[in-house]
Amino acid sequence: MSKRYGGARALDDVSVVFAAGEIHALVGENGAGKSTLGKIVAGAVPQDEGEIVVGGRPVSFRSPRDAIRHGIALIHQELALAPAMSVLDNVFLGVEPGRGGLLDRGEQRERFREHAERIGFEHSPSARVETLRVADQQKVEILRALVRDAKLIVMDEPTAALTRVEAARLLDLARDLRAAGVTVIYVSHILADVLALCDTVTVLKDGRRVKTAPAREETPESLVTAMLGRSMDLVFPVQTPPPADAPVVLSVRNLTRPPAFEDVSFDIRAGEIVGLAGLVGSGRTEIARAIFGADPASGTVEIHGGRLRRRSPRSGIRQGLALLPESRKDQGLVMMRPVTENVSIAHLGEVTRASVVQIRRERRRVGDVLKSVDARAASYSMPVSALSGGNQQKTAIAKWLMKTPKVLLADEPTRGIDVGAKRAIYELIHGLAAEGLGVLLISSELEEVIGLSHRVLVVRAGRIVAELAGEQANEETVMRAAFGSGTAGGNGGSERAAGTAGA
Amino acid sequence: MTTASPGGGGAGVRLASLDDGVELLREYAILVCVLALFLTLTFTSDVFLTSVNMKNVLESVSTYGIVACALTLLLIVGEFDLSVGATFVLTGIVAAKLQPSLGTWPALLVGVAAATGVGVFNGIAVAYFRINSFIATLASSLMVVGLGTKVTDGFQLYIEDPSFLVLGNDELFDVRYSIWILALFALVCGFVLARTKLGRWLYATGGNLEAARLSGINTRAIKVGAFAFSGFAAGVAGAILISRTATAIAGNGIDVVFIAFAAVVVGGTSVLGGRGAIWRTVLGLLFLEFIRNGFNLLEVNPYYQDIIRGGIILVAVAIDAFSRRT
Repeated sequence: MSKRYGGARALDDVSVVFAAGEIHALVGENGAGKSTLGKIVAGAVPQDEGEIVVGGRPVSFRSPRDAIRHGIALIHQELALAPAMSVLDNVFLGVEPGRGGLLDRGEQRERFREHAERIGFEHSPSARVETLRVADQQKVEILRALVRDAKLIVMDEPTAALTRVEAARLLDLARDLRAAGVTVIYVSHILADVLALCDTVTVLKDGRRVKTAPAREETPESLVTAMLGRSMDLVFPVQTPPPADAPVVLSVRNLTRPPAFEDVSFDIRAGEIVGLAGLVGSGRTEIARAIFGADPASGTVEIHGGRLRRRSPRSGIRQGLALLPESRKDQGLVMMRPVTENVSIAHLGEVTRASVVQIRRERRRVGDVLKSVDARAASYSMPVSALSGGNQQKTAIAKWLMKTPKVLLADEPTRGIDVGAKRAIYELIHGLAAEGLGVLLISSELEEVIGLSHRVLVVRAGRIVAELAGEQANEETVMRAAFGSGTAGGNGGSERAAGTAGA
Repeated sequence: MTTASPGGGGAGVRLASLDDGVELLREYAILVCVLALFLTLTFTSDVFLTSVNMKNVLESVSTYGIVACALTLLLIVGEFDLSVGATFVLTGIVAAKLQPSLGTWPALLVGVAAATGVGVFNGIAVAYFRINSFIATLASSLMVVGLGTKVTDGFQLYIEDPSFLVLGNDELFDVRYSIWILALFALVCGFVLARTKLGRWLYATGGNLEAARLSGINTRAIKVGAFAFSGFAAGVAGAILISRTATAIAGNGIDVVFIAFAAVVVGGTSVLGGRGAIWRTVLGLLFLEFIRNGFNLLEVNPYYQDIIRGGIILVAVAIDAFSRRT
């Protein structure tokens, strides 16, 4: 089975067999394709190639509705309930028993009671869903799947929003479902849970299946090793560390923006690439945006020792900051406008006289910059949307090179682009640092952060929890810091996400 | 979104040519329509292509056209102004009320300034208080109509001073001032959009607000400015109208909103922001006016005109929506 998002393969020729009545885990790094696989199975997104076979018959799902008809339901990370309606109404939404438009309340209640007992749901069926706690809302979702006769339930990071105690109960619930003959596909980061709960584990990496094995033969160490296994196609430029006396270009002190991040301090020297690693949602992106001036935050930001005041993107740019945002489509580029306009937009002063754009000068300057980043387009007057993902990203970078910045904040610079373009962007970032820029590199791909950065800062829950330089920074040390597993096998602390991920 | 990436399969190519078709339609449909209509009317009516009739056509679109130019800018930044009609009327009322005490030209200037003020008010409501622009300008429209009714007590105002009629009726080189002013608006707006920093900022703000902000554009100021200009244009158009007739009466000027908006979207400027041009608006304006003028010359029942013009707007917006789908 394959799935592409834009130019990138989220899933590449993956085949997995889910046996009836088992709990089958899908694990992998951020972006390994585990959620995508779960969603395809449940009909939430279509596959590009490959087929799904249910009970020996090939099926094709065009929507979750199709999937549920074949007994497959998805419990989302974000719940999809109608908050102001009752539990009962939510459970039967769309499949209300009854005749001629009238609801058969009696039958509803009876079927509800039967299933509620099965999974230990204790609230009244007439309670409004918004008054329930997240864990109970999740049960409502599961009830909803059960009344639709679901034989297979896909749970996508079901414990992400639960407390430790609730999470433990959810694991029990999954076991109860198994006992009742329901198959569960369990997508999770938390390896301890996976090993405690599941019968079978499938490890995905870069959209490919690394292995499928019985859970009892696995350990957290063996899973992490499988998740990390180096992919062969990526080659990083040879690192040249900045000279020891290189001046500090960017200095961040006590930057705080609750609840996203707190008390963030670090320096970047000229010519240095500093990686900012962490799980999705750890506060990485928010830190970069606040440094740039896109979001307000307390604390100080200095460039070459000069403190920045009256923060806004406009003043940040003037001081030499450049932000390559997380999503080029939503934040980086104006998709329907020509390539040229997108490149010159942040530095129109370079190509205008008395506010009038000098078209020929603009074309020449933009052409030069685009050539320097090797962005290819049939014509620079075509809309950016017509370019490939890699060329769009190069265009988004070129925009900041019209006037060389002092610091580049690159957030997921290679998201959704193919391997060739990735390599080109690595070279580009490396080259900019060699010219004396300070670079802050954010990426969900560990290989990228480690392969490209001189030094890696790890963010967890909005705080910098580790600084790893040179040899210290490898995938295991970074991952361990990102997951926050200090003690092997420990569930210590109140933090429920503190599962064990490291060796 | 549109053209196929290199190496795209058969389906991709087919899709691309369909999209290209829609794109071409959006680009040049209005030009073809205006030319076709122009030729048809030239051959079917003896009066159509005469300098008197042509001046008539331009004269009757001038006030709408001035407002349409400003609305084009506003649609490009992704906003809309329903209050231009009410502001248009208010300008005349203010000028008529103040003319006896201030004299003709100062009174007209104060009228235009008041209109610009309404625009700034709208802009602040939308950009700083994040009120949807339809709602904000619908509300301010109501307020402005109320203000006008209060000032006039519901009566019609007459201005006797002949100097008051100069702006709306005098000519320069045999062409009325109002047509010159329309030409000036179209040229300035067209130049700003096509060739200036401000133009790029307008397109970027409407095309992708967040990307524009992260590129260092003060998107709020851009929006307030676009609304202020919309108010200003409504004021200039209102001053021309009051000076044509020398009578003012309170009202909502809904025909101004309707025709100016119709001209902009029929021209192919996107209602979703980021795309559009002044030359398109001018063609849209001519298209709608040729239909009206042609129907009159050919003695078609005027009731059909509105039905047909409404239909044309739907088709224009449908083309826009179709070419936007991803």
